Formats: sequence, structure tokens, C-alpha cells
Amino acid sequence: MMLETIWFVLWGVLWAVYFALDGYDLGLGTLMPLLAKNETERRVMYNAAGPFWDGNQVWLITAGGVTFAAFPGTYAALFSGLYTALMLLLFALILRGVSFEFRRKVDSAAWRRVWDTCHVLGSFLPALLLGVAFANIFKGIPLNAQAINEGTLLDLLNPYGLAGGVLFVLMFALHGALWLGVKAQGEIARRAARAAAGLWLALVVMMTLFLALTAYYTRLFDNYLADPVLFVVLLLPVAGLLQARRALAQEKMGHAWAASAVAIIGVTLFGVTGMFPALLPSSIDPAFSMTIANSASSPKTLTIMLGVALVFVPIVIAYQAWVHVTFSYKVTEADLAYEEAY
Amino acid sequence: MDVLLLSRLQFAFTTFVHFIFVPLTLGLSLLVAYMENRYVRTGDAEYKRMAKFWGKLFLINFALGVVTGIALEFQFGTNWSRYSSYVGDVFGSLLAIEATLAFFLESTFLAVWIFGWKRLSPKLHNVSIWLVALAANLSAFWILMANGWMQNPVGYAIRGERAELASFTALVTNPFAWQQFIHTLCAAYILSGFFVMGISAWHLARGRQVSFFRKSFRIAAPFTLVFALVMVVQGHMHGAEVARTQPTKLAAMESLWETRTRAPQFLFLIPDPANERNRLELLPIPGALSLLAFHSMDAEVQGLKDFAPQDRPPVMLTFISFRTMVALGFLFPLVAAWAWVRRTDPERSPLMLRLLPWMIPLPYLAIQLGWIVAELGRQPWIVYGMMRTEEAFSPGIATGQVVFSLVLFALIYTLLVAVDIFLLAHHGRKGPEERHDVDDGSATATQPGGAGFTTATA
Ligand code: HDD
Ligand code: HEM
Ligand code: HEM
Repeated sequence: MMLETIWFVLWGVLWAVYFALDGYDLGLGTLMPLLAKNETERRVMYNAAGPFWDGNQVWLITAGGVTFAAFPGTYAALFSGLYTALMLLLFALILRGVSFEFRRKVDSAAWRRVWDTCHVLGSFLPALLLGVAFANIFKGIPLNAQAINEGTLLDLLNPYGLAGGVLFVLMFALHGALWLGVKAQGEIARRAARAAAGLWLALVVMMTLFLALTAYYTRLFDNYLADPVLFVVLLLPVAGLLQARRALAQEKMGHAWAASAVAIIGVTLFGVTGMFPALLPSSIDPAFSMTIANSASSPKTLTIMLGVALVFVPIVIAYQAWVHVTFSYKVTEADLAYEEAY
Repeated sequence: MDVLLLSRLQFAFTTFVHFIFVPLTLGLSLLVAYMENRYVRTGDAEYKRMAKFWGKLFLINFALGVVTGIALEFQFGTNWSRYSSYVGDVFGSLLAIEATLAFFLESTFLAVWIFGWKRLSPKLHNVSIWLVALAANLSAFWILMANGWMQNPVGYAIRGERAELASFTALVTNPFAWQQFIHTLCAAYILSGFFVMGISAWHLARGRQVSFFRKSFRIAAPFTLVFALVMVVQGHMHGAEVARTQPTKLAAMESLWETRTRAPQFLFLIPDPANERNRLELLPIPGALSLLAFHSMDAEVQGLKDFAPQDRPPVMLTFISFRTMVALGFLFPLVAAWAWVRRTDPERSPLMLRLLPWMIPLPYLAIQLGWIVAELGRQPWIVYGMMRTEEAFSPGIATGQVVFSLVLFALIYTLLVAVDIFLLAHHGRKGPEERHDVDDGSATATQPGGAGFTTATA
């Protein structure tokens, strides 16, 4: 069970890193209509995400790919079980992905408006859908003995699922506003900081509510009560949020953004820890859950994949960190005049 | 319509659309990297403008390659859940490795290239596009090892309810997959070469930016010719590998009904699948099929009648697709050789300049046909000889759900492909920007009547 447990942890970490990275560019897109007052400011927001969003999105592909490789049973049950929600997520990501590249390729305001709309919807919907999906995963979906989801799309929209959706939207929006604080200057940067302060408050309220709902709707706390040491995981979101507020007040935006990333990672790990050893709990009968025992790949595959992950994931993190540092400069007039800019 | 049929339609449609964009990514990334390399080595700013112009077309194309790729990755789970849980132990790892080794590198360094023109040293900037090209071709390697395993499953053992990995080495040395890998790369390079030559010819025929497009042409012509020639030999080897591993596919490709030794190759043939024979067979080359498939005139080639009807792939489409692809495979080196002969003075042959833009769609066609041969010819198996397609789809999803996604795919993809082709044509025709940010005066180009540079800031 050792290998399976290691892969369970890696699986949770991959999703957490995905949310912490793509979260801010999805948040930027969601906030666009609220924070950008004119074309120049919209372009500042596009270019704040410009050099990073595609690399961030690959974490989603990798998280999906790793679910497939390490836990094929879970991958099959999860992806077919949440069919319609995932297809909506996919269409949103498709429209968003091309909006970056297309919007400036024809010089017409109407043309840009089309892609701006795709961009905003394509950023907001994934945040919402991922939140709804993960809250439902925490809670368990009606998986039967054949690992088939007996529920429908509407069943996902229960109060807890919706709370998860709102939580993710707020979490990503705060994360995006803080990143805009890093990359922008002048009026829009001040607006971003003010928005971040408001979003922070809303997020604290929502997170408290979500924790309470978690106790009511899910069995996540069972693991924590069985082994109270695990409660340290909850320190991550709490400390992250507090530190983010402090750094925001001191106008250290990069700092605040990093703290918010820690909070997002903490929220994900909190849920994943509560589910262990299940990756997809069944709400019909825990015996029908997809777990590390009944859905993992063979030790041979897990070992080979572990080798690959241990060598290459650190390399990926290293060059992505380098990119984030190299391109964290403030977006200026000159950068917008640059012909390759979005 | 049932879930199986709809899922097949959806998978076929979405892979075909993905593969409109992939080949240009594979080939053009290399050409752009080479152009920038010339700029870094010679300091000739015209090469920098070339990297930027062809790079812009590359980026328009790349955007759709990325978003359509995600759709494929999802579908194994959404629509083919029984396939995923049955073979995930073997097949899933290849997809995960592809993302970890290739997609991260590709996406991250492409952004570095786009945003790094003024922030990085020219050398480092050039390295970033070489990394993109390397990563793109690496991603092709892993995904084709995955597809190659579906064509010729190796290195696995059935344990309990599923196939488990027995030898990773066998997976990555699968001879069938290697043939596919080399074949697909050649195809992508041919396509990219014709793409660059076609657009260059269009401008040269109009006398625009002559020095710029002559240089582009000169780089693309030998590149195309080499791979078009390799393709003829390698395509034959690929066919021989099919003969060795997938007898039903080979028989459908050749529309061969009766098993026989000294099987002839008919230059002209019309299949009649309903009556399990050919309506017309003309111009036989005795023993040629046996020779091509098994390197011996006396070899026995199995006919379709040797297999139960439910084990045979659709013959007509497989046959026509294969014939047409091979015909195009012989056409390409001829045209490429003509272009190569004229590589230094292409304007001297107006006929060739008029022909080349019309060549651009043909490699696209050949590539799609090739995939029809590979995937349709593999039927009724999803993993050849091991798992049938009808056993692979998701049992838990409803017809309405797949109709919903298929309709949306059809709408969104049609729209996006149209926009993409429009943008490629628009920017391809507009030609490179005037030398507004070029740092020296070595470029000689003028642009009579060409559209000026517009910064699209409103
Ligand atoms: C520019 C595109 C192009 C050209 C000129 C050719 N092919 Fe091709 N062919 C492809 C593009 C392609 C492809 C799309 O890339 C395929 C699909 C699967 C694969 O591995 O490559 C393919 C598949 C494919 C297959 C099926 C293999 C399988 O079942 O997976 C065979 C036997 C050949 N090819 C043989 C040839 C021959 C004898 C050619 C003559 C010169 C040829 N191809 C030219
Ligand atoms: C990108 C180029 C590809 C194209 C154009 C393509 C095309 C197709 C087509 C036409 C079908 C439907 C066959 C039918 O109707 O019976 C199909 C099926 C399928 N192919 Fe491919 N394919 C491609 C690459 C791949 C690769 C690389 C993989 C695996 C890694 C793959 C896996 C599958 C699967 C899972 C199915 C579904 C089952 C089936 O209907 O056969 N394909 N593909
Ligand atoms: C059916 C199997 C396939 C799946 C699941 C798949 C998956 C993907 C995914 C998820 C992406 C997006 C990566 C990103 O965000 O950067 C992508 C892009 C790409 N894929 Fe595929 N792919 C398939 C078939 C193929 C084949 C057959 C090839 C090459 C021979 C290929 C080559 C590429 C390349 C070069 C890219 C980079 C972006 C671009 O296409 O322009 N893919 N693919």
C-alpha cells in the first residue's frame, strides 16, 4: 500500500498546484469586467497572465494524465461520472485558450468584444465548475457497485456543491487580483488592491461557512478526528489567508500572492486528506468508493511513474519558477506597444 | 444512435480536428528555430523578421492545437471509461509521461519565446524556440507510442480484470509505434515545407518582399524534398509492418479477398465489398503485393475471406484512403524536386509559383487519409486483437449527454477552424511587417501596395 499512498499524496499535490497556478489567471479573467475600465487596462490584464497561463494549464492535463496512469479506475469513474460538467469545463477552456491568441489579430472593436466575452466566461465557468466538482467529490457522488454515477448534472448543484463553486470563484478571484497587483501599476493596480481587500473578507466568510457545511454534509472530518495530528493541514489555509492580508496591507503584492497560493494548496489538501484512502467516495455505500486499493495501477507502473515524476516534476517546477521570476516585471506602455503582446 | 456510435463519431471528429494543427506545429517550430538560429549566427535582421513572421503563423496554429488536444485527453475517461480502466495500467502512463516531459516544456518555453524578444539575450531566446520544437516532437513520440500500442499491443499481461504492464522497454521499442513516429514526423515536415513554400510562392509571384520570401523558400525547399523522399521508402516499410502485425488491415488496404501466394498489385481496382470481391481489377504487377508486404514474391498474403465478417474493417474507405495517400506520397517528391531545382531563383518559373500555393491543402489531405487507414483499418478492435471497440465505451453515460457534447463540439470546432484558417490566410497574405523595429538596414525589401503595419490598439 506504500506506493499507492505515495501516489495518492502526489495526486492531491498535483491538483493543489494546478489550482494555485491556473487559479490566478482564471481569477484575472473573471475579474476583467470589474477591474478593467478601457482597452488599455484590459490589455494590461491579458498581459499579466500572458507569459504564464498556458504553462499553468498543463498542470490540469498532468493531473488528469496522472489520474489515468496511477488510478485508472478512478479516472474512468470520475470522468464518465461527471461527463456533462467536464464537457462544459472543456468548452470553457477551449474558448478561453483561443481568446488570448485571437483577440488582437484583427483590428476591430466588435471582434475584440467577442473574444473578451469568451475570455470572461471561459475563466469564470472553470472556476465555478471545478469548485462544484471538487465539493461533490469531497461529499461523494452516487456511485453504484459498477462504479457508475447514478446521479445527474442537477444533483451536483446541491447546496454543498454550490458552496464549493462560490468558494473557488472567490479564492481564484482573490488570487488573480493579487497577481494583478504584482504585474500592474497606477490606477488599475490600486483598484486591484482594493478589490483584493474586499475579496479577502468575502473569502474568509465563505471559507468559514464551507468548513461548517463540510462538517454537516461530508465525512471528511472522520479522518481528522481519528488522528488529530492531521489538523495541522488546516493551518495552511488559515496561515495563508492571514499572511495574505498582512502583506496586502503592507503593499507587498508578491508576498500576498504567494500566501494566497499557500491558502489554495491548503484548502485542496484539507479535502484530499479527509477523503483518504478514497479518491472518489460513493454516497450510496462506502464499499463502492474508488480507493487506492481498488483503483490503483500495478506496482510496476506506479514505480516507473514515480521515477519519472521524481526526476521531471522538480525540473518543471524549477523552470516555471524561473519564468515567473523573469516575467514578473510591471506591464508598462512599452510592453503593450510590443508587437507580440496580447 | 447509441452511445458507442456517437462516441466514435465524436472521437473521430475531435482527433481529426486536432490533427489539422499538430503537423504544422511539429514542422514549423523547427523551421522557425532554424531561421532564428541563422539570425543569431549571421546577425542578418531579415532572418529575425522571418522568425517573427513565420512565428506568428505558428502561434495562430498552435493556439488551436493546444485547446483541441485537451479535448482528446478528457475523452478517454468520459467516453471510453471501460477502455481506460481495462488498459490504463499500460496506456495511461504514456499519456502522463507525455504531459510531464513534453507539454510543460513546450507551453512554458513558447511563452518565453513570445514575450522574451527584448528580455532575453538573442542566444537564450533562440534556445527557447529550439526547446519548443524539441518538446513538440517529443510529445509526438509519446503519443505515438500510445497509439502504436493500440495498433500492436506489446509488453503487457492480462491479470484478473485488466491488462497490466509487463515491460516498459517493450512499449517504447514497439516497432510498429516507431514506424508510426517516423512516418508522422516526415508527414508533418512535408506539410510544413509545402506550407512555407506555398505562401512564399504566392508573394514571389506578386513580386512582394522578394528577398524575404526567396530566403524562406530556399530553406523550405530542401527540407521538403528530403522528407518527401524518405517518405516513399519509409511508407513502404510502414506498410510491411502492417502486413506483419495486422493482416486484416493490410487486406482491407489492398482490397484483397482471397488468400494467395504471389499476390499481384493491381494499379487500378474497384472493390465490391457487398459481394466480397472486386468489381474491376486492371494492370496487375505480378507478385508485387507479396514482394512489398513480405519482401518475397512467393510470400502468402492473407485475404479478407480468411477472417469472419465481424473481424474485418470497413474495406471501401480504408482502401480509397490508402490509395490516395500513396498517390500523394509519390506526387510530393516530384513537386518538391522541382522546387529544389529552382531554390535559388524561384521567380524564374511562374508556373511553379502558381502551383505551389495550391499544394498547401494536399499534405493536410494525405495526413487525414493516413489516419483513416490507421484507425478505421484497425477496426473492429480498439486494441488490435485484444479489445473490441464495442467493449470499450462508457456504460454509465446517456445518449443525450453525448449528443449534447457532440453538437457543441461540431459548432465550436467549425467556428474555430474557420476563424483559424481566416487568420492564417489573412496574416499569411499580409506578409511580414514593415521593418519598424528592425535594428539595422540590411534588409532590402520594399512592399509595393502591401498592407502597412497596424498596431491593433484601439
Ligand atoms: C504527408 C502525409 C503522408 C504521406 C505523403 C504518406 N503518409 Fe502514410 N500516413 C500518414 C501520412 C502520410 C499519417 C497521417 O501520418 C499516418 C496515420 C498513422 C501514421 O502513423 O501515419 C499514415 C499512415 C500510413 C499507414 C497505416 C499505418 C497504420 O496502420 O498505422 C501506411 C501503411 C502508410 N501510411 C504508408 C504510406 C505509404 C506507402 C506512403 C507513400 C509514399 C505514404 N504512407 C505517404
Ligand atoms: C491525431 C490523429 C488521429 C486521428 C485523426 C484519429 C482518428 C480516429 C478515428 C477516425 C477513429 C474512429 C474509428 C471508427 O470510426 O471506427 C478513432 C478512434 C480512436 N482512436 Fe484515433 N486517431 C488519431 C490518433 C489517435 C491516437 C494518437 C490515439 C491514442 C493515443 C487514438 C485513439 C483512438 C481511440 C481511443 C479511438 C476510439 C475507438 C474507435 O472508435 O476506434 N487515436 N481515431
Ligand atoms: C488521441 C490522442 C491525443 C491526445 C490525448 C492528445 C493530447 C494533447 C493535449 C492535451 C494537448 C495540449 C497540450 C498543451 O496544452 O500544451 C496536445 C497538443 C499537442 N499534441 Fe496532441 N494529443 C493526441 C494526439 C496527438 C498526436 C497523434 C500527435 C503527434 C503526432 C500530437 C501532438 C501534439 C502536439 C505537437 C501538441 C502541441 C500543440 C499543438 O498541437 O499545436 N497529438 N495534445
